[in-house]
Amino acid sequence: MTTATTPTTTTTLDTELLQALVDRLLAMADDEVILGHRDAEWTGHAPILEEDIAMANLAQDEIGHALIWYQLIEDLTGQDPDQMVYFRDAPAYRNVQMVELPKGDWAFTMLRQYLFDLYERLLLDRLLTSAYRPLADAAAKIRREEIYHYRHTSTWVERLALGTDESHRRMQAALDRLWPFAAQLFVPLSGDAALLAAGFFPAMDELRAAWQEAVHSFLTNMNLTLPQTRPVTAERDQHTHWLPILLGEMQMVARIEPDAAW
Amino acid sequence: MTVQGHKTYSEATIWEALKEVMDPEIPVLSLVDLGVVREVKVTDAGVTVVMTPTFAGCPALEVMRRQVEEKLREMAAPNPKVEMVLEPAWTSDCITPEGRRKLESFGLAPPPVHGGDLAIMLNPVVRCPYCGSLQTRVTNTFGSTLCRAIYYCDGCQQAFEQFKPL
Repeated sequence: MTTATTPTTTTTLDTELLQALVDRLLAMADDEVILGHRDAEWTGHAPILEEDIAMANLAQDEIGHALIWYQLIEDLTGQDPDQMVYFRDAPAYRNVQMVELPKGDWAFTMLRQYLFDLYERLLLDRLLTSAYRPLADAAAKIRREEIYHYRHTSTWVERLALGTDESHRRMQAALDRLWPFAAQLFVPLSGDAALLAAGFFPAMDELRAAWQEAVHSFLTNMNLTLPQTRPVTAERDQHTHWLPILLGEMQMVARIEPDAAW
Repeated sequence: MTVQGHKTYSEATIWEALKEVMDPEIPVLSLVDLGVVREVKVTDAGVTVVMTPTFAGCPALEVMRRQVEEKLREMAAPNPKVEMVLEPAWTSDCITPEGRRKLESFGLAPPPVHGGDLAIMLNPVVRCPYCGSLQTRVTNTFGSTLCRAIYYCDGCQQAFEQFKPL
């Protein structure tokens, strides 16, 4: 991860707004890098060869998108993306818990990806008009790739939910498990009001409403029942015990030889 | 514009030279054919090539960047630099007509020109690069690299790959 992007706008940001922007970018980057890692765990293990290839693509895309968000942070703070990914411990990560959960079965994997892809797609749509130009440019870049993800995962959710008794049961079980975690995607960060006021980020309430509407109608049409469980409202610095285990694996090689050139 | 000193370099010479830098994953296609070279700037300060990535996660990006730097050094271009920009975002429409012909001859179906229309992007009519049949169907929208989808031709009964529209 060494490609530097050139900031297309040099905006003078006050300290509070800068911090708010970095916090949101880090949340987006960490979500994608951790989800990308979980997706990559399917390489060599997916149920059929086509899906093995598809998951490897999805993983590579998510990690590529993470890199773009980390580079936007680098442009603002000078932090190196490799350092951020390989040398931060779990408490410093800002991903939601949903993406750090173990990969589970195929239904779980497809549903998690679908819930995330839809969130990301709606967010990117809104970021196209961000007043922070580098963010709008990056959203335009990533959005088309995400269209392929969304189509793929929503098709799989449909196929499994309306498939056999077993596939339906597994999809419902995945929904029961994931539903409370998905709510954490919309937990506000302390700087959100500043970002909204600056026109950098959309209102998270409106984003959540759009996401909920789309998810509700899609999943209930698939004969799935949305569980009434309590949503996860933890802040993004709170993690399950799965994250340190994941990081142990993901960061091991980089930490053995911190000065190695790749 | 030209640079004083060693030799003279025009923007046109640099563009010509970049036509010899090939996509590491599709060796018949130059970076110019691929449409990833946005701009060549020759100023008193030196030579800068402005590039843009195809797929964000494409690992060939770093290789392309190094190849361009190497080419500039090989030409002894003064103060060679490669700059990456995201805007305007690359789409498969940036592949030149010449590039599309090369893709097809390489056995990769070229992407349709979609002009941002998602219906065309997601459901293209794809011609088999081997036999020219339009009786083809997608078997996987994800392929051996981020930019490829896998198709099957009912005409000649062979699998083939398509450069994926983006």
